[in-house]
Formats: sequence, C-alpha cells, structure tokens
Amino acid sequence: MLSAAEVKEIEHELTHYEQASAATIEALKIVQKHRGWVSDEAVKDIAAVLKTSAADVDAVATFYNLIFRRPVGRHVIFQCDSVSCHIMGADGLRAKLENKLGVKMGQTTADQRFTLLPIVCLGTCDRAPAMLVDKDLHRNLEDLNEQSLGELLDGYK
Amino acid sequence: MTDKKKARIIVDGRSHEVDASTNVLQAALGAGLNLPYFCWHPALGSVGACRQCAVIQYKDENDTQGRVVMSCMTPCADGARFSIEHPEARDMRSAVVEYLMTNHPHDCPVCEEGGHCHLQDMTVMTGHNYRRYRHTKRTHQNQDLGPFIGHEMNRCIACYRCVRYYRDYAGGKDLDVYGSGANVYFGRAENGTLESPFSGNLVEVCPTGVFTDKPYGESYTRKWDLQTAPSVCTHCSIGCNLSPGERYGKLKRVENRYHGEVNGYFICDRGRFGYGFVNREDRPRQARVAGSAADADAAIAHVAQLVKAGKVIGIGSPRATLEANFALRALVGEGNFHNGQASGDAVVTTQALEILKRGPAHIATIKQAEDADAVLVLGEDVLATGARLALALRQATRQAGYKAAATAHIPLWQDASVRTIAQDLKSPLFNVTAAATGLDEIAEISHRATPNGAARLGMAIAHALEGSAPIVAGIDAAETALAAKMAKALLAAERPLIVSGTGCGSVAVLQAAANIVGALARLNRKPSISLVFAEANSVGAGLLAGEPLEAALKQMESGAVATLIVTENDLYRRVSSSRLDAALAKVRNVVVLDCIATPTVARASVVLPAGSFAETDGTLVNNEGRAQRSFQVFPAEGIRESWRWLQQVAAAAGINGLGDDLDALTAACAKLPGLHGIENAAPSAKFRIAGAKIPRMPHRYSGRTAMNAKKDVHEPRPAQDADSPLAFSMEGATGLGPEPAALIPMVWYPQWNSPQAINKFQSEIGGHLKGGDPGVLLFKPDAAARPAWFNPPAASSALEVVPLHALFGSEELSALAPAMASRIPAATLAVNPATAEQHKLKHGATTSAKLNGSTASLPVAVRADLAPGCVGVTVGLKGVPAVTPGATASFGAKP
Amino acid sequence: MTTHNPAAPPTKPLTRNIEEGREPFGVTEFEKRGGYHAARKALKQMAPLEVTNTIKEANLRGRGGAGFPTGVKWGLVPPGKAGDNGIAHKYFVANGDEMEPGTFKDRLLLEGDPHSFIEGMLLGGYAIQADIGYVFLRSEYFLAAERLQKAIKEAYEKGYLGQNILGTGYNYDLYLHTSAGRYICGEETALISSLEGRRAIPRAKPPFPAISGLFGKPTVVNNIETICNVPHIIEHGAQWFRSISKSKDGGTKLYGASGRVKKPGTWELPMGTTARELVEQHGGGMREGYKLRGWLPGGASTDFLTADHLDLPMDFDSIAKAGSRMGTGQMIVLDDQISVISTVRNLEHFFAQESCGFCTPCRDGLPWIEKLLIALEEGRGKPGDLELLARHCRLLGPGRTFCAHAPGAVEPLQSALKYFRADFEAAIARGAATKAA
Repeated sequence: MLSAAEVKEIEHELTHYEQASAATIEALKIVQKHRGWVSDEAVKDIAAVLKTSAADVDAVATFYNLIFRRPVGRHVIFQCDSVSCHIMGADGLRAKLENKLGVKMGQTTADQRFTLLPIVCLGTCDRAPAMLVDKDLHRNLEDLNEQSLGELLDGYK
Repeated sequence: MTDKKKARIIVDGRSHEVDASTNVLQAALGAGLNLPYFCWHPALGSVGACRQCAVIQYKDENDTQGRVVMSCMTPCADGARFSIEHPEARDMRSAVVEYLMTNHPHDCPVCEEGGHCHLQDMTVMTGHNYRRYRHTKRTHQNQDLGPFIGHEMNRCIACYRCVRYYRDYAGGKDLDVYGSGANVYFGRAENGTLESPFSGNLVEVCPTGVFTDKPYGESYTRKWDLQTAPSVCTHCSIGCNLSPGERYGKLKRVENRYHGEVNGYFICDRGRFGYGFVNREDRPRQARVAGSAADADAAIAHVAQLVKAGKVIGIGSPRATLEANFALRALVGEGNFHNGQASGDAVVTTQALEILKRGPAHIATIKQAEDADAVLVLGEDVLATGARLALALRQATRQAGYKAAATAHIPLWQDASVRTIAQDLKSPLFNVTAAATGLDEIAEISHRATPNGAARLGMAIAHALEGSAPIVAGIDAAETALAAKMAKALLAAERPLIVSGTGCGSVAVLQAAANIVGALARLNRKPSISLVFAEANSVGAGLLAGEPLEAALKQMESGAVATLIVTENDLYRRVSSSRLDAALAKVRNVVVLDCIATPTVARASVVLPAGSFAETDGTLVNNEGRAQRSFQVFPAEGIRESWRWLQQVAAAAGINGLGDDLDALTAACAKLPGLHGIENAAPSAKFRIAGAKIPRMPHRYSGRTAMNAKKDVHEPRPAQDADSPLAFSMEGATGLGPEPAALIPMVWYPQWNSPQAINKFQSEIGGHLKGGDPGVLLFKPDAAARPAWFNPPAASSALEVVPLHALFGSEELSALAPAMASRIPAATLAVNPATAEQHKLKHGATTSAKLNGSTASLPVAVRADLAPGCVGVTVGLKGVPAVTPGATASFGAKP
Repeated sequence: MTTHNPAAPPTKPLTRNIEEGREPFGVTEFEKRGGYHAARKALKQMAPLEVTNTIKEANLRGRGGAGFPTGVKWGLVPPGKAGDNGIAHKYFVANGDEMEPGTFKDRLLLEGDPHSFIEGMLLGGYAIQADIGYVFLRSEYFLAAERLQKAIKEAYEKGYLGQNILGTGYNYDLYLHTSAGRYICGEETALISSLEGRRAIPRAKPPFPAISGLFGKPTVVNNIETICNVPHIIEHGAQWFRSISKSKDGGTKLYGASGRVKKPGTWELPMGTTARELVEQHGGGMREGYKLRGWLPGGASTDFLTADHLDLPMDFDSIAKAGSRMGTGQMIVLDDQISVISTVRNLEHFFAQESCGFCTPCRDGLPWIEKLLIALEEGRGKPGDLELLARHCRLLGPGRTFCAHAPGAVEPLQSALKYFRADFEAAIARGAATKAA
C-alpha cells in the first residue's frame, strides 16, 4: 500500500501531463524517496494509482539506473566512472572506497550504511575525480587519503 | 482499399511495380525476393529495430556508391533504386546476424524451434557461418508463463516483436520488456499465466524459440516429422484456418494457417490449444454394440438393420460437418432429421441467417472488420464467442489514429510513429453487453444491459438514425441520449460495422441489429454486419434446416421412435436432463456417433467412434456464410468420419443418394437450396498437380517406413485417401505454391522453414493467398434490400437468464483439452449487487435457482459488472444446466 | 525599473550573471540587470514568427552537440496557437540531460542563472506558441533542480509564467521533470519517450518532433545552453550575436577542458576560439610531467584529434573538416601517462552500458567492442582483433543503427585506431607473447 503522502505527491505530478502514465518515473522516484527503493509490491501499487499494469511500470523502472529495485543502504555513494574521472584517477578512488567500506562496487555494507554504485559523468569534469553521496557532490578527490576519506564518510551516519 | 497507387522501384537493376503505400522490404518480399528481416511483421508494421533488412539505396542512376538503409523503414518512392545484392548490404546483413548470435545459445538440436526457426533461416540466408565472438554470453532465468507458453529467454534476439504483438496489437497488459542495453528481458512482471486470450500467437510471432508451444514441447516432434492437412477450427463459428500436425497417431500441435480474409496471421488460444480432446484416452475408439466392443462391419450391419426396421429419427449437430449432417438426413429421411439445435437456439440461428442473407448489410470478413471506423457490439461477448473477431475489432479502433497519421504524412506501416501520433485516439466502439467483456477497455462507451435492454437500446439507435424505424415505447431519457450518441457516431463513419450474434440467445437483439443496418442503408450509408453463431457449423446446420430438438423429444416421448441416431451431439448440453432421460428411456435403440465421451454416448446402445476434425474431411460454414473444406490430418484406427459410417450404413440398408465417397456426398448436399457451391470450397479428390497428389508429410519426413516397427516389422502400406487430393505420404507434388490455397497443408519454401514462408504464398504480402483465399461465400446479401422494420420488444421486468460465455470452458470440445483445465472458470450464478439484495443472495453461497425448467445449484457471484435484472450463467461449465434462450429465473429455497 | 543599458551589450552574455560561489540572482535582482526585458519585448512587440526569424538570422546552432540551426527547428512547427487546427497542445522542452562524459556546462548555467534560462524557455515557447514547457533535467543535478524550481516559482509569481503572461493573453506553463538516469535520454526523441513516462527508446524520424513529438503533439527540444542564448539574441539582435563570434556560427560558446591540464574549467568565449587557446591560455597548459597526446573536442562521442590539430577554431564546421565533431565544445585532454586502450575501453564501456537495447548493432556490437578492448588490455588480444574493431566501427556507423548513439560511440575508437595504432599493436603483441609463454 502506498502511503497517503506518496499518493498525494503522485497525484500532484499527474496534473503536469496529459496522460497519467507519463508520471510513471515521478511516481517511482516518489516511492523511492520515501522508502529508499521500489519493491515488487510498490510496483503494483504504483500501477494501480496510474491505472496501468505492473508490467508497464516495471518495464520503466528497470530501464532507468537510478530506480532501485533492490534495497540499498542508508546512503548511496555514486562514484563517477566516466572518462574525465578515469583520466584523473577514478580507479584509485574506487580502490580506496572499496577498501574503506569493505565492499565491492555494487554492494552494500553489512551495516546497511552505504551502497557503493558507479555512475556516469556527473558533469563536474573540471574537478575530477568526483562522487556523489546522496545529494552531495564531492570533487577533486584525486589525493583523498585514508583519513580524509574517513572524515568525508563520517558525515553520513 | 482498391486501386492502390503503384510505384516502380528498381532493385538490383530490375524494375518492379509495387504498391506505393508500402515499404521497400514488404515490396521486395512481395516481388518474391529473399530479404532477411526480424522485427518487421506484415501485421505489426515496421519499427527499424533489428537492422536486418539492410539494403543499399542509390540517390539516382548516376550514384554508384549508395548508402545503407533499412528497407523496412524506407518508403517505395517511384523511381527509387536499391540493391539487395551489393556486397556492402550483404555484409551488413550477415553482421547483424553475427551480432544476434553472440548471445544466442547453440541449442538448436534441443530447441523446439529447430527446423521451424526464422532465426535459423535468416542466419543461413545471410551467410553467417563462422563465429568470431569468443567472449561470454549473457544468460537469463526463465518464467513459468502458464499452461500454454514455454519460455526460454537465453534464445532471445531482442527483436521486440513479442511485446509489439502482445501489447500493441493484441492489447495484453502482462508482457513487457525490462532492463536496458544488452540486458533486456521479455516476460511478465512475475511468474504466472499469460493473460491474453491470444498468447499462443507469440509462438509464431517470436522468430526463434523464446516463446514456445508448451503442450507441443511436452510431446515434441520435429516440424518435418509432422503430418499436416489444411484444417478449419471447430471451436467457434469464425472458422479460422488451421494447420494441425500429427505424429504417432497423436495430434501434436495446431498452428495458424493463413487466410487473407478470415484469420490472417493470428488465432485465439482456444483454437490453438483446444485440440487436446483429440488425444484423449477416454474418447470412443471402437464401435460398441449393446455395451460390447464390436467389429465395424458388424456394427454397420446392425445399425443398417435398425434403419431398415423403421421408426428411425436422426439428430445432427451444429458442430459436425455439413456432410455428416447431410448423410444423416439422407439416411433417416428429410422429415425425420433434426439439425441438433434446441428450439431456442434454432430460432436465433434462423433469425440471424435471415438477416445475413437478405441484406442490406454487407457481411464483414475479419479483415474488413479491421477496417471499420465505427463499431457497435450489440449483446455479444465477442471475445468469448468469436475471439478472433474481437482481435479484429481492436484493430478497427485504430482507424482514427491511421487518419491522424495520414494527415501528418506518416506512412501507416511506420508502426511506432503511427502509435505516437495516435496516442489514445480511438475510433468509436460501443460495447453493449450484459456483463463486462474484454472489449470494454477499448470501447468509447461500454453499456450494461440484459438482452431485452440491449434489444431496446438497439432499436432506439435505429430510430434515432432513421425516423421511420419504430419508436421504442417507454425508453428513458438517458437511454435515448445514449442511443442518439451511438447513432451519431455510426452515421459519421465511412465504414460502420454492427456486431451481434446468437450468444445471448435473443431474437430481439438480432432484430435490433437488423434495424440499425436497415436504417443506415436507408441513409445511403454502407453498413456491414458480423454475426457470431454458437458453434463451428451452426450456419451449415441452420441451412440444412430440420425440426428442432424438442420435436424429436416429443416423438420419442410418444413412443414413436424405435431408433434414434445422434451424430456428434451431446443432447444433455441442449435440453433439460430430466426430460431427456425420460425421452431416451422410451427409445429402444440409441445410436450415437461421436469423437468424445459424452453423457449422450454413455446412454447409447450403439456407439460408432467418429473422427474429430483431425480425422475427418468435410465442409463447415462459418459465421459469414463461407463454406470451408477441412481435411483429415491422419487416419486413426477404428475411427471413421461420421459421414462415412452413415454412408456405409446407408449402403448396407440399401438407401441411395449418399454416394460412396466425400465428393459424391458433398455434391448431393450441394443440391439443397442455400448450399449451392459448397462443392467448390476445395478441389475434388480428382485434383492432381502434374499427375500427383499433394503430400501431407514434408519431403524430409523421417521414419515413415519404420515408425511402427515396434508393432509390426513389415512396412505398412500407406493409408490411401480416396476422398481428397491429399496423400498420407511424403510423395507427391511438393508444396511450392502452385496448389490451390485450400490445399496447402503447411507452408514451406526453399530457404524458408518457419511459418514466415507464407510470404511466398500470398499474392501480396499480408493480402490474399495466391489463387484466392479458400472457401465459397454462400450468401449474397442484396445491398438494395429495404426489409420491413422489426418491432421493439416490450420492457421486461422478469429476471432474465443471460447466457454468459467463457473463452476457455464454454465450448464443448476445447474444454476437454488437458491444457485448458487450469484456465476454465468455476460455474456461478452471477447477479448484480442490486439483484442480489432484492433476492437476498450472498456472494459465494451455494444457492439453487430455477432456470426455466432446469434447476441449478451453484455458488452465487455478486458482480458489479453485470446488468441488473438478470442471472448470468456461463454456458457449458460443469454444473450449468442447458438453458433455453429467453428463459427466466427464480430462486428457490437455499439447500 | 531596469538599470540595464542596451547600448553596451555583453561580450559574455551567458555567464554575465554567474559568479562562482554566489547564489544566483533572484527574480528582482535579475530584472534589475535587464532580466525578462527580452521577454517583454518579444511578447508585446514581436509576432511569434519574428522571434523565430531573429533566431534564424542569428545562426544560433544547437549547443547539445549536433549543431542543428535552432531557428530552423522552430520553423518546422506548424503555426498557430495550441488548441487551434485540432492541435490540442504544443510543447517546448529543454534538454537538461547533461550526461555526455566530459561535459559540464549546462549545470553551470542552471545553477548560476536559472532566470536567464527561464526567460529563454518563455521566448522559445512563445516563438512556437507552445502552451506547456518542460525542463528535462538529469536526476543528479540536485542543486540545479532546487534553484530552478525556486526560480520557476518566482517567475509564476511575477507573471512571467502561467495565464495571460504580461497581459498579452499568452498562456504558458513550465514544469520541471527530473530524470531517473540513462544517457540515451539526451537523444531528443528518447527524451520525449522518457518524458512520456516510457522507456527512453529513440523514435524514428520522420516524423520529426516538430510534427509529432511529445504525446504526438508538435514539440521542440533544445539544449539548455541553446535556450540561454535566446534572450540575448532577442535583446541585442541577430547582428550583435553574429558579431561576438569569431566564426560563422553565431555567439559565444561555453568551452571547457578537463583532464591533466593545470586549470580545468568552463569558459565563455567567442565561437571559433582555437583549441590551443583553450588548453594553453585558459587551461593553463598541461600539468608538470604530462604531455598532450590527444583530445576529444566535445565529449565522449567525438573523434580524437591530436596536438597537430590544436590550432583549429572550435566551431562546428572546422572540427568536422578535421574528421571529428565539435559536439559540446568541452574538450577532454588525453595525456601521455594514461593508457590509450584503457581510456577507449572506459569510453566504450560507457556507451555499451548506456545503449537503450533497441537496435541490434548498438545493443550487441558495443559490448563486443568493450570485451575486445578488455582482452587487449589484459593481454588476451589476438591477431585480427584490430581489424575486427575497425569492422565494428564501420557496422555501427551512421545509418546502420537506429539513432546516433552507436555512431557516436565508435568515433573515439575509430580515431584512436588511427592515431594511436601502435598502442593497439603493442597490446596484440603482448597477447601473443602471453600465449607463447
């Protein structure tokens, strides 16, 4: 069941489009904002609100990389793996992150605190390498060390 | 439709005159050229996804370079120049297959699609034969998609045809594509039965073995080892053409057999998966006399004696062939013949036939129904009683979208673009039925009414159209407004179509449909009509006439009948069982011919095992009055065609006029009024191509001489077929197109092993078959006819019994197919909430109801989608008694 | 009410209000600096067609990468108001799906001067007589979304959006749509699919979006930077716009450089500024110990050029003549320390991952390319692999695939094979050596 707040937000988005199904992506993002991810149940619930089928909603949900169809940690780290960051040392940053968190790219820490994911170019190539933690952009991370990385992550409990 | 604009295109230096409104791929295939493709489908149009149909297009005659284009996305502009054979184009096509094969498994030897596979054909055709890809393949998990369809996603080449067919064309909601990039997955959101009644077409739409025929896979035979014959579906009155395949005496599968005017490329799941009754162990397989197995000759002699002894009546059947019915009629005499319908059914059938025959409406084929730009469905649950027509009506609602596309100069074959500009724009479809149907979601207006209410609304529409049509007394303002709205849309249409039928058992509904087409004709419109009948040969049986069942019962009850011969008819489905039991008790000899075990067979003193459609030649007349010949697929030991049993009994009894083969019998039948021409439904048994018969087995058929060696090491003589131009053999005139369309058992063409070989058999792609589509139209309605108006029925306050229909379960034969079992709903007494309250009925509580003479004890289903003032019972389900059309219901004490 | 002085038109119109580290101007401050002046002028004094013609004259070419003339695009839309001639709606859509690797300009404009952009949206909408505008913004631009949303609210309050704008009777609503990822959304027809709540699958052209776009209605999709130029052209005229360019393409350009240059960044400069000026003057030259080996002129989907090409003016035609594309004009510098193969592999990984999966060569060809490059990188290359890579480049080229994704994807590969062939050959040799050992 979607919460009243979720339904209200989705219904607001509906007013922006001439067709209800156009709000599918917004609906998925709204549910994800509230719950962290989108479960099979939620897919069906969204379909009901938008008067479409679960298959249609899931076809959209699984297409986009920022819709999570599996649970993620409390904080999601998106490390840019595109070309400018690659040139500026993304592989090194990735190794540091994996080492610090004790997980591989794509995994969630055992304490459910962090999920580490790759992301395409964050559009901040002049300050590469970069990453996004939740909504916060962290850049110029070429010289990040064990300690400064620890301090950075300490901001996310 | 007619006078298509032509264009001249040049392909590899040769000029071809083609339809200017089509694309280069379709034109090239139509010209008989081999050009590989995957995502394009003549019924689905072009989307340009697979990039397989690459050709070179030249700017003009001086351009020697050219550029690669996708032929499916390129219009046939007059004078345009192309090359299929250019090395660059060939290279591109082989590269596309090479890309597709990077992930496709090497499981052809164990794949159900092997030898039947469009991907295999195209791979060979493009010349890709060496694998350079040396990396890992992506893999997927499969889903359980229910009893009909198997799923093997690793084979997927992502052509997107499945979702385009299932969702866009057939309106299914539960199949989609997930993921992105190289990791796309085609399936359901979760495991579960595919809900579309047309899911089986995925098997043929999928160019490889992702979606497979599950029952076939469970008892598998290679395509080239199947014996096939041109056949006609016996599971409803639409008469879709089928190609059933047999091996080892078992029917293995049913495939669509293309017909340009009837089924086109698609059939419904009842038609595809309903054949399982043929293979049932419990069906009569040996003649029985007085409870004991009997030699066929002895049984014939016995029945001949009974016939000679007199006091014989015969009951035919709307599900048996014309020949079976006619043979019975000839055997027992015209006056003693009953066509097998109960009086209520007979009345609606007769009314429907009269409306079709007299005009003024044109009788729409399925193909023409797709072109209708306004549709009124009156009283008939088309999706359950004539599903293939419902699929056509879904396409009809696209007409408005086509118009929008044409205005924006978008070619109609450019499917995605047409759908984009059309969005939700639909041509009007009005669905007036007693309960919700699958057409509601595409209907502009869905209106719930009892048959009486539907008839009154229909009559009001006629009156709204044309003032001289009778006024409906006592109709309320809301319904008048509704009628006016529908009338307006029908009047505005260029090709209005009225769809109705005998499904709700109401003569008045049919008469209302007649008034509407009459009104439109008077307004100089050109209305079409399509009426759905109850059974595969209801029209044929109706044309044979004969007294209804009740007349036979009366004779039996009076003791005037010594011998009753029933041909392919379970009388318990048609009349009340108590009355029937009593009547049968008064008849000394009950001779029953049937292909299934029925309660009527159980009451027989003589049982003659009759051939099912797979073991019978014969003629069926579909709902448009098209007589179509269906041919025996395989000979089955002990089983004979009903007409042959009857012919042989007649011969033994010294009765003339039945002949001694099919042609003679058909010719005799064709002498009856209304049946002239049926002999031309297919060529006679004498037909030969270069002196040879047409083989039912493909030339690669293996093991014919050895397949029965475990029973007998001697090579058996192949069964001889004296009744048709087909042979139970692989020898004969190979099917490469010269044979008449009615005689094509299955399509095959050099380099084309999949059903897509049909391209080679059509006079234009997606159009008529070469030499004309099979069948003979028996009705020639007079467009100028202006028959008198029918009068509206009075409003009814009685609790009407409304026959409801289930696609899976209501039809007698398919309901016996094991694959159907899990799809058949449970029987209920369905009532509207208001009716439930009025009669104090509780949802789910088992309740007895008197349904005009019969009593049913069933759980109540309170359904908001049902019209008030009626009790809906689903025809043919277990526990549902025979219900007379027009019956009323009353609720008795709860047990 | 305005302190704006039209006598002194700006030389850096796009960034004139932008200052690093400062919040963007609110609507009042923006108005004081001449904001919404162009909108007033257009809505009150100019017919929609005049606005379009001015943009045509200015030769504003699309800044998303393809360089299609903006005014021409607008001119394809059937004339008339939304609601007329059976056309229920017309849409003007901003493509803010900035995801081309190495590109970081639209973020700057949206975060730095959202009202300028909104004014452009209003003018574009007015020119084609759209009744609804959408901003399609990539999901990760949270700050841009926040600032834009705030600015849209202010613009509504001030009557620059909504019903009867500036009392002219023109109605125009503007909505922000934030995406859920996927590079392909930057392709205009895929963006339209996505905006309709579908999978972002590109659509066939023709029909062009101007005829049948969003929800099948006439639609224009323009890049953010393109739109931000519009108010200035209307304000100062087509001649002025052409005059501030060094090339025949009008206007300034947000150029940029990333990679191992001393001062990577984005700079607004006259169209046609040379690549050398970008790297050496604005970028401060290469970092100590690094040499420039090659450069991608405008994002990941452009062909490599080399040090020999640095004196080329960065405009659409000059770069095209050299065998590449200007793309977004945001150059990525390849230095001599990073492995060419690993960089190309990184690029092809991106494109393979971001293929929508609709057409065969792109869906199945790009992963094959990536796997071959990994094999080369890991010493598993085989003789023939370079020919195979070259073959893929040809088969994924223009016209072969459904949209421009794969043709763009193979640009850096085909040019790397040309300019850095020795690196690839060495990798094959390494593979042969590994196998022998």
